Amino acid sequence: MHELPITESILNVVITYAEKNNVKKVMAINLRVGRLSDLEDEWIQRYFDYLSKGTVAEGAKLNIERTPIKLQCNSCATTYEVEISNMSETNCPGCGKNDSKMISGREYYIKDMEVQ
Amino acid sequence: MEDVRLIEVKEDIMADNIKVANGVRKRLRDKKTMLLNLMSSPGSGKTSLILRTVEGLKDSVRLGVIEADIDSKVDAEKVAAQGIPAIQLRTGGFCHLDATMVTQGIDALAANDLDLLIIENVGNLVCPAEFDTGAHKNVMILSVPEGDDKPLKYPLMFSICDVLLVNKIDYLSLSDFDMAAMRKRVLSLNPKIKIIEISCKTGAGIGDWIAWLKKEVDTFRRG
Ligand SMILES: Nc1nc2c(ncn2[C@@H]2O[C@H](COP(=O)(O)OP(=O)(O)O)[C@@H](O)[C@H]2O)c(=O)[nH]1
Ligand SMILES: [Mg+2]
Ligand SMILES: [Zn+2]
Repeated sequence: MHELPITESILNVVITYAEKNNVKKVMAINLRVGRLSDLEDEWIQRYFDYLSKGTVAEGAKLNIERTPIKLQCNSCATTYEVEISNMSETNCPGCGKNDSKMISGREYYIKDMEVQ
Repeated sequence: MEDVRLIEVKEDIMADNIKVANGVRKRLRDKKTMLLNLMSSPGSGKTSLILRTVEGLKDSVRLGVIEADIDSKVDAEKVAAQGIPAIQLRTGGFCHLDATMVTQGIDALAANDLDLLIIENVGNLVCPAEFDTGAHKNVMILSVPEGDDKPLKYPLMFSICDVLLVNKIDYLSLSDFDMAAMRKRVLSLNPKIKIIEISCKTGAGIGDWIAWLKKEVDTFRRG
């Protein structure tokens, strides 16, 4: 639901890096977003197209890689992947306990960008 | 055509908000004001709970409220009518509060010496879970009419909260809400969460909530 503020943050970071690196045009931006995030890829791109008009990033394509939700067991340290829908019903495949911490799945990360 | 080159960025988009949130936490820790972020779906009972909390703590705790309800000024006025400093934030249709918006609320209430500042976050179980407000404690409300399956749909919210208040238990006899199944789901997402069953209408369980909160505020005040 909060595509707009997230997109603004992405654009700010991209413009900062573009200026630092004498970029003429940003072609693509590669992002990593956790599966737990509710963002719709399509809306991020649309907001981005709108906000980036007249900037060095106008027309850039956003490539969004979705990272899985990974938990780590607090008892035996096994790491395992879960889906949103079964997060609260999945036990550790190592020891069967149900006490874990999340180690990925929430991230909003800009990896790199393709530029000219 | 010029060659396309790759620039490494490696930036966390949330980093700015986390930095501001950590600043808020530190600033209020120094002032000995505990910041509590209250979240739920619309209509679960956030405003009702705040009014109950004011009633229960008014004589022993200096309390303030930051209201972020998007609809109107009604909520802040209800609270202010109790003689409690309250500020209504203009969230402009945002789906959540971020730490910068919270900072505006704190600035507006800065003249008051407060022990406890409660944020009524925007009504929504998704977005507020993703944005750190700078709160020292996160509390959510799930009301009985919403159903016992909410932890399955919104796991992140349940996993970041210190307390879950199950409100509107006066409806329990009329519904098929399975309290045991709900508890099991929530505890497996977040083994440390404290679950309190309440009714803002009848007052059931409110004493347990007030006791928990009073203890937390006292501990916080002592440093
Ligand atoms: N039956 C019942 N109704 C409640 C209870 N708590 C709140 N309500 C009602 O639920 C509605 C929404 O409550 P409100 O506090 O405004 O929810 P908010 O949108 O989360 O701030 C109001 O009509 C309240 O009177 C409760 O424990 N039982
Ligand atoms: Mg309200
Ligand atoms: Zn295990």
